[in-house]
Amino acid sequence: MRHSNHGPVLTRMLGDTGSLIFVVVLIALTVAVPLCNVYLPEASALHVTDYTVALIGKYLTYALLAVAIDLIWGYCGILSLGHTAFFGLGGYAMGMYLMRQIGDRGVYGNPVLPDFMVFLDWEHLPWYWHGMDLFPFAMAMVVLVPGLLALVFGWLAFRSRVTGVYFAIITQAMTYALMLAFFRNEMGFGGNNGLTDFKDILGYELSADGIRNALFVASGVGLLLGFLIARFIVTSRLGRVLEAIRDAESRTRFTGYRVAYYKLWIFTVSAMLAGVAGALYVPQVGIINPSEFSPIASIEAVVWVAVGGRGTLYGAALGAGAVNFAKTWLTGAYPEIWPYALGILFVAVTLFLPKGIVGLVSQLRRRMRRKEPS
Amino acid sequence: MKTPALLESFSDRSRVFDFVNRPAAGAKPDVRHGTILYVEDITVSFDGFKALDALTLYVDAGELRCIIGPNGAGKTTMMDVITGKTRPDAGRAWFGQNINLLSLDEPGVAQAGIGRKFQKPTVFERHTVHENLELAMAGARGVWPVLLARLSGEQAAHIDETLELVGLAERRHDAAGSLSHGQKQWLEIGMLLMQEPELLLIDEPVAGMTPQEVERTADLLTRLAGKRSVVVVEHDMEFVRSIARTVTVLHEGRVLAEGPMDTIQNDPRVVEVYLGE
Repeated sequence: MRHSNHGPVLTRMLGDTGSLIFVVVLIALTVAVPLCNVYLPEASALHVTDYTVALIGKYLTYALLAVAIDLIWGYCGILSLGHTAFFGLGGYAMGMYLMRQIGDRGVYGNPVLPDFMVFLDWEHLPWYWHGMDLFPFAMAMVVLVPGLLALVFGWLAFRSRVTGVYFAIITQAMTYALMLAFFRNEMGFGGNNGLTDFKDILGYELSADGIRNALFVASGVGLLLGFLIARFIVTSRLGRVLEAIRDAESRTRFTGYRVAYYKLWIFTVSAMLAGVAGALYVPQVGIINPSEFSPIASIEAVVWVAVGGRGTLYGAALGAGAVNFAKTWLTGAYPEIWPYALGILFVAVTLFLPKGIVGLVSQLRRRMRRKEPS
Repeated sequence: MKTPALLESFSDRSRVFDFVNRPAAGAKPDVRHGTILYVEDITVSFDGFKALDALTLYVDAGELRCIIGPNGAGKTTMMDVITGKTRPDAGRAWFGQNINLLSLDEPGVAQAGIGRKFQKPTVFERHTVHENLELAMAGARGVWPVLLARLSGEQAAHIDETLELVGLAERRHDAAGSLSHGQKQWLEIGMLLMQEPELLLIDEPVAGMTPQEVERTADLLTRLAGKRSVVVVEHDMEFVRSIARTVTVLHEGRVLAEGPMDTIQNDPRVVEVYLGE
């Protein structure tokens, strides 16, 4: 059941049980994991290892990417099969900042040029690397570069009323083109090795315990803020216009809404969120390379959202966590099975759980309520 | 527009460029001459088939006009042209004396004050009845204003009034998809009213309705005329007889006859192509 809520903003945003539970659990996780890592002795059953902190931190950034995808797919019906392109660009912007932080500690000891440029006999820093040593500038690029690409790409697509499967296909082409471009050494992004060997961030050593936990907290806060922004949007009248576009695009147009502008706006916002997710991801995994742009990565991200349950936001985040947990476990235990498992999972969810895990839970709850005579 | 024509348009001193005399956003149609809709010499062809053949039609401000005609007469195509969905090959369409409909897209036409009801009821099925009316409500259509929009007391009251008028006050929190066919038709008329259009285009409002529902719809539409201009396309002759003052008969993309219902019914050409069937 859904109903318009025109009360104060916070009750509007956290009015439904699922969202409220999600926010509470997320805050608890963000606080508890670093505490259990630092203050509990290693012998304790509740101790969280360094490895696990980094792993859950990575899941949190994936969850933010999933929220970004659900915002356009679940609410506006725009299926993007190229969203990791925006994630990757945000990641590369962060990676460029981290590369510049290495300074003269690289293998070749060049104070300005990253190692791979020295290796290619480059004499000067390419123009687009300038300013990336400044943290605020680099962080602005984390949102602006994906945002700009989404704006230009979306303008071309939505203005021509490209929708549905055609849109999905051209987003695949977009991310594939980016992957090929970033594989080239001449692009100046480290070719197929990408950017790695990072040393520190904001003057602190990346491998230090404190920084690992700080990045974890940053990812938790990033996911929380991204979720709240998305909730603010979908519970506003704009959110209802987006759903109207999803359900009856032509009718929305005849009601006086410029559908292309709405799609462009939400697509750009979503790309920016994905960029932030990528930027939080890179320092925790220590590398960014063109494989992030691979078409299969984008499809995988869409599967997370489908598994969790689209159109709920928290379902998408949950799906990202669940699928990646399964992936981590399976690729450890039976590495060759994973691609098949992912495919089967997607087919099974599409056939049997069209509303994902979240839909299954609410269905079970309804069934239980019906059994209890009231 | 082909390039030579475009160049010509720049060198043509007798007319002002389109972007100069484009009506300001929110401009009302100028009906000082008593006519709200001018459709002149509109031709539309699909693969050689002329859906509209130099169609000319005028609708007066405040009028309730019925348009009838056999299938394929061009009724829906005419609506498509007026609402910006289909671009005609030739002709002019003006809303009042000041708004060139052919320069606007669908949202532009809707914002200028023309509301359209489709043949098949199209409401936002997953939204509640109340939300459907809220979305249709006249007002800002830009992304940012809509993001920050909040329902004022006055607007809420306006929605309540419309809910009463179309008889859906009890169903306000239900999903529009759960309404009956007739109720959906009324909700759609309610949405049109929320848009506060000067001109309503209504395509087959009583198709598939029970006699009681038809009566109620006739009552609703008659009440609307006067304040607004209403154009109704309908097959149901009984219904047309009950509401119409002036009837226009379309046939093969042209106006075959126009006048009061009694005259029309006795026109031998009309009887031949339509009523006699």
